[in-house]
This record gives sequence, C-alpha cells and structure tokens, in this order.
Amino acid sequence: MGNTAIRVQELTKFYRIGTGIRAQDSFATAAWQAVKSPLANYRKYRALYRFDEHDEAGESSDVIRALSGISFEVAEGDVVGILGHNGAGKSTLLKILSRITPPTRGRVELHGRISSLLEVGTGFHQELTGRENIYLNGTILGMRKREVDRKFDEIVAFSGVERFLDTPIKRYSSGMRVRLAFSVAAHLEPEILIIDEVLAVGDAEFQKKCINKMQDVGRQGRTVLFVSHNMPAILSLCSRGILINGGRLVEDGPIQSVVEGYSQIRTIVPPAREWSEEKAPGGDSARLLGVRVTDRHGTICDAFDIREPIRLELLYEVTRAGCELLPHLFVYNEEGVNLFGTLEDDARWRGRERHSGIYRSTVTLPGNLLAPGRHYVNCSAITLNPNVRQFVERSVVAFQVIDTVAPDSARGDWAGPLGGVMRPKLSWDTEHRPVITARAAP
Amino acid sequence: MPAQTPPTTVIEPPHGWQFVDLAELRRYRDLFYFLVLRDIKVLYAQTVLGFSWAILNPVLQIVLFTVIFGKVAKLDTDGIPYVLFSTVAIIPWTYMSEAMNTSSQSLVVNQNMLGKIYFPRVIFPLTPILAKLVDFVISLVVLFAVMVWYEVVPGWNLLLLPLFILLMMIIPAGIGLWLSALAIRFRDVKFAMPFILRMLIYTAPILYAASAIPHEWRLLYSLNPLVAVVEGFRACLLEQPLQWAYIAPGVMSGVLLFVSGLFYFRRMERVFADVI
Repeated sequence: MGNTAIRVQELTKFYRIGTGIRAQDSFATAAWQAVKSPLANYRKYRALYRFDEHDEAGESSDVIRALSGISFEVAEGDVVGILGHNGAGKSTLLKILSRITPPTRGRVELHGRISSLLEVGTGFHQELTGRENIYLNGTILGMRKREVDRKFDEIVAFSGVERFLDTPIKRYSSGMRVRLAFSVAAHLEPEILIIDEVLAVGDAEFQKKCINKMQDVGRQGRTVLFVSHNMPAILSLCSRGILINGGRLVEDGPIQSVVEGYSQIRTIVPPAREWSEEKAPGGDSARLLGVRVTDRHGTICDAFDIREPIRLELLYEVTRAGCELLPHLFVYNEEGVNLFGTLEDDARWRGRERHSGIYRSTVTLPGNLLAPGRHYVNCSAITLNPNVRQFVERSVVAFQVIDTVAPDSARGDWAGPLGGVMRPKLSWDTEHRPVITARAAP
Repeated sequence: MPAQTPPTTVIEPPHGWQFVDLAELRRYRDLFYFLVLRDIKVLYAQTVLGFSWAILNPVLQIVLFTVIFGKVAKLDTDGIPYVLFSTVAIIPWTYMSEAMNTSSQSLVVNQNMLGKIYFPRVIFPLTPILAKLVDFVISLVVLFAVMVWYEVVPGWNLLLLPLFILLMMIIPAGIGLWLSALAIRFRDVKFAMPFILRMLIYTAPILYAASAIPHEWRLLYSLNPLVAVVEGFRACLLEQPLQWAYIAPGVMSGVLLFVSGLFYFRRMERVFADVI
C-alpha cells in the first residue's frame, strides 16, 4: 500500500490531420511521389509522428493537440475517476495508458499488469460459441489460459448464459452478448484496471450488478482508472477525480470537488474575458487586458445566427513605446481544428512603432462564413524584429454559431445535411449551352 | 497472483528501428493459440463441404494444370509424370498463397481490435501462417495419394523436408508482415493481392521445370525464395538430387524477407492506431 501504481509525466500527444497526408493515401500516388521526390515523401511520412516547434506553438493548421503536458500519479489501490467533456482528451489518455497509441512526448510508468476495457466484447466472434469466446476474449484482455480455466464457472454464473454456452453467439440476443462480454472483463485480475464507459450497457439490474462488482474490485486493493459520464456511478466508486479539459489537466483532487468543477466547465470558456492589471498575461512590451465576442452593436454575445457577423475585440496595453506589435487571432472548432488565423492589418499600426498606452483592435468575421457549432478563439501577439512572443492565450473566448436553416444563408432553400468546417456563402455562375441537334440545323 | 512483484511497464515515444519484443510475444502465447484456433474454426463455418475444401482446392488445380500444361502444352518435366510433378509443388504453393493473402489483410480485417486493445500487433499477420497449416496438413493426403499411385518411395532427402516446410512458412510470414503494415496506409494492397498471387505462380517452377530457365538467368531466378521451396519439396519427396544453386539463394532471400518484415512491421506499428 502507498506504492505508486501509475506515474504519468508530461504526457503530450499530437495528432496530425489534414490534406498533406490524405492526398497520398493510394499506393500508386505514394509510389509516384516516392519516385518523384523521395525526400519530401519521406518527410511527409515522418511528419505523421514527428512534430517540430512550429507544431508545438499550436499554429500548424493540421495538428491537433490531444494532450499537452499531463502529469499525475496514482497510488496502488486508488480508484480514480477521469472526467472531461467529449474531445477533452480522456480517451487519448486512456489509449496511451493502454498502449494502443504511443505518446508524442512524455513518459508513463505502470507498476503492475494493466488491463483496459475500452469497449467490452472486443474480439468476440459471431461464429464461435459462448465458451470459445470466453477463452478468446479473456486472452485478448491479457489473461492466461489457466486463469480463464480457473475463473470459467464464475464468469458463466455472473453472465447468466449457462444454457447457451455451446451455441454460437450470433444466436445470442444483444443483451446476452453484452452480459457475457462484461463478465469476462469483470473477472480480470490485473493490478491496474482501466474502464471506459462500460456502465452504459445492459439493463438497470445488470448495471447494478456491475457497479457492485466494480466496488469489489476497488476494495481488493486494485488500482482503477474509471471514465464515465455517469456521475452517480463515478461518485459512488471513486475517491479521487482528475478533470481534463482541452488536453490539459485542470483539476486533481477529491471526487466531489472535481465533479463540481466538471459541471461548471461549460462556463470556463465564456464569450468575454478580462484580466486585472496584475494577472494580465503579457511579455516585456505588451499585455492582454481583455477579449470579447460581440454582435454588430458591440453587445457581448455568446450565440450567433449563422448569417450574423461576429466581432472579436482585443483590448491590450503596450508597455514599451517604440515596439512593433502584431496582434493575431486563431479560430478553432470543437474538434480542435484550426480554421484560420487572422493578423491585425490596420495600416495606421501595422509595421509601425507604437506609442505606449491601451489599444482596442476589432476584427469582424462576416456572417455566412463559419460552420454551425462552438468556436474557440486563441489570442496572441508578437513584437517584430526580433520576433518575441508577448502573449498566447488558448481557448480564451468561445461562441456558438447556430444554423437557423434560413433561406438567405449558405444553404439557400436546401434543408438537408451540409457538412464542412466552414460554411461560406459563395456565389455560383452556371452557363447554359443549348444542344444543337442535326434536326435543328437547316 | 498479487503476491508476485508486479512487472513494470514504461511507455515512451518510440524511436528508431527496433526488433520485435520476443519476451512479450511469449507472454501472449495463449492469445496467439486462441486466435489461431479461432481462424481454424471460423474458416469453414457455414459451408457444406467444410474441411474437404482443403483437399478439393488443390485437386482441382492439379487437374486443371495437368490438362493444360501436361497434356495440351506438353511441358518438359525432366521425365517425371506431370501429375506427380505438379502436385509436389502445388501443395506448398496453395498453402503459401492462402497464408500470404490472409496475412496481408490481417490488420485491416481486425482494425476494430487495433483501436481498442493492446497486444503485440505482430500476432495478427503471424496467426494465418499457423492457422493455414491445418489446410496444408489435410492437403498432404492428396500428395500422399499421388505418391502411392506412382509408387514413389522417398529416400534420405526426406529428412530435409522440415527445413523446406519452415521456409514455406517464413516466406508468407515475411510478405504478410510487409504487406499488412503497408495495407493499413494503402488499401491498394487488397486489390493488388489477387493479381500478385496469380503472377507469383509463374515466377517459380511450379508448372514447369526449373531446367527450362536459361543458365545465365539462374542466379536471378533463384533469388525468388519460392523457387527454393518448390525445388526443395521436389528433391525431398521425389528423391532427386538437391540443386543447391537453386535453393541456397532463395533460402537467404527468404530469411532476409522475414527479418526485414519484422523490423518494418515494428516500425510501422506506432502509427497503426492513428492511421486506421
């Protein structure tokens, strides 16, 4: 007791998405590329798992930072709940811990055998019988054959499918399949167990059975990491919580306070932010005082009709006269895709020396440009010659774009699905060329 | 067994070229066994003929090739009856082509598992190499029957047969390691495979005798490891002299294919879950 079971240090994971790699997903294209420019092609492939400083600054449009610098320790026997909204980075964390995907940077130490139930029933085969699937699934989850032998009767009894043991599971109902899958998983005996969302399955009675089983596991001194959106289950099982948001560890403490933090997280990214003088982020020449999202009348606004223009206001102070300052913004969507960046271009200030004092820069995003959904704004500024970063504030403000299915939006009178990360209203030009048939000729 | 000191696992960003972790593979041998068992049991599920297909398949090929190449084209087979000549080669070839095909698709077919759970990924392409051996063993009945019919009695060379059976397994394993890793990124592999297999049968002396190859091309020709397997099988079973000039280069290239496949697979492994 008291020994460390899991030690996570500065864990970081980038994903590269985007056009550069997608474009050569066919062997012929890649082979041709390889002939044409072997070096460029090699770099492109390496880019899948190599990241440079540019990527780390978060300014490459094709890099998603799923996790940035997460560190924590879990003692042996702790039952820890991991909370965060969809896309916060929980799943990435669990995938790294269960070795499905490697980290970009950082280190994890696991003391003890680890089993993860990222989804129950992995590897179940329709044509195999219940008995065969228990053995197959058990070994997939990391058990040895003799362990399954030993647990076999218990697993069968827990699942309640005794009568159908020698029937191929394709004849099982979906409920039976889930019960069997969970039973195998619940009888694992690793020192560290990672559970993701398993309680979302089965009927109420079976869920209760599962929670009891999980509590047993916790009492046996096993270390458990538990991810779920089921707050009552988390509160009853875990003593400690870890809250992740935007790929960062936001809170680590007693489960009650973390659950509270989790329920408030939606308001963590508001449409407007201000900093007091002593807390204002900044460097030697400038600091950020406030950011606001407003409508065309200058009123702070959180949600916009897709047709409405959106104004982003930056309030900042230049503290060193004579510097050339370049404030800029990046807009991200909910999946963390950098949609675009925009640089301040007011001719009175761009490339000129500034007086000290307070500035307000405003940029208007026209209506009918962004796709519906929540958008996050990164706000930063550098001084030029030499380039020195003054402030970088990520996800500082956020706003919602709402598709009202209006006929004067980009969709016109089309009411069906229209995907994309942007929704610009563009004008088309179609020319008609009449077909001249032989009969029409004289 | 909590009494034992728990093993420590360290997860770090991968770097450089690494060899497959053999100790880890050993820990997962039970899983390997059950996956092989699964492949065997599932293969002929919902078929009427079941394992008879393992016999029917090579028999039909032998009949077809004997008619076309033995009777119509009348290829020279160094004086060996054509049925005997082709059977000895088609039995290992059937195994190799089946194993290659399944192995190269193994990651794509199991991609839902790749994204959910960890075990040594190298188990995927290696599973069909073992699972298809069942078909191979069954199809040996055909070989045995043909040999009895022609009253062939193998000699001391037969003792070398296990060596060529090993080579017969290593080649599709090497190809499977390379292609399964490639197939994760390039789905073209799936479409290229039937064509590749159809071509491969002509690159080895399966339907014709190796002596038909001009002498100056022999070294290049025998770099193809399939040549070594086929020549080895013929020499061992039909008591012909072992032609090391045909066999040695293929053994070397076969081993090279396998070892390089292990390295390449290990290197690509890190991006599997992110690319699917």
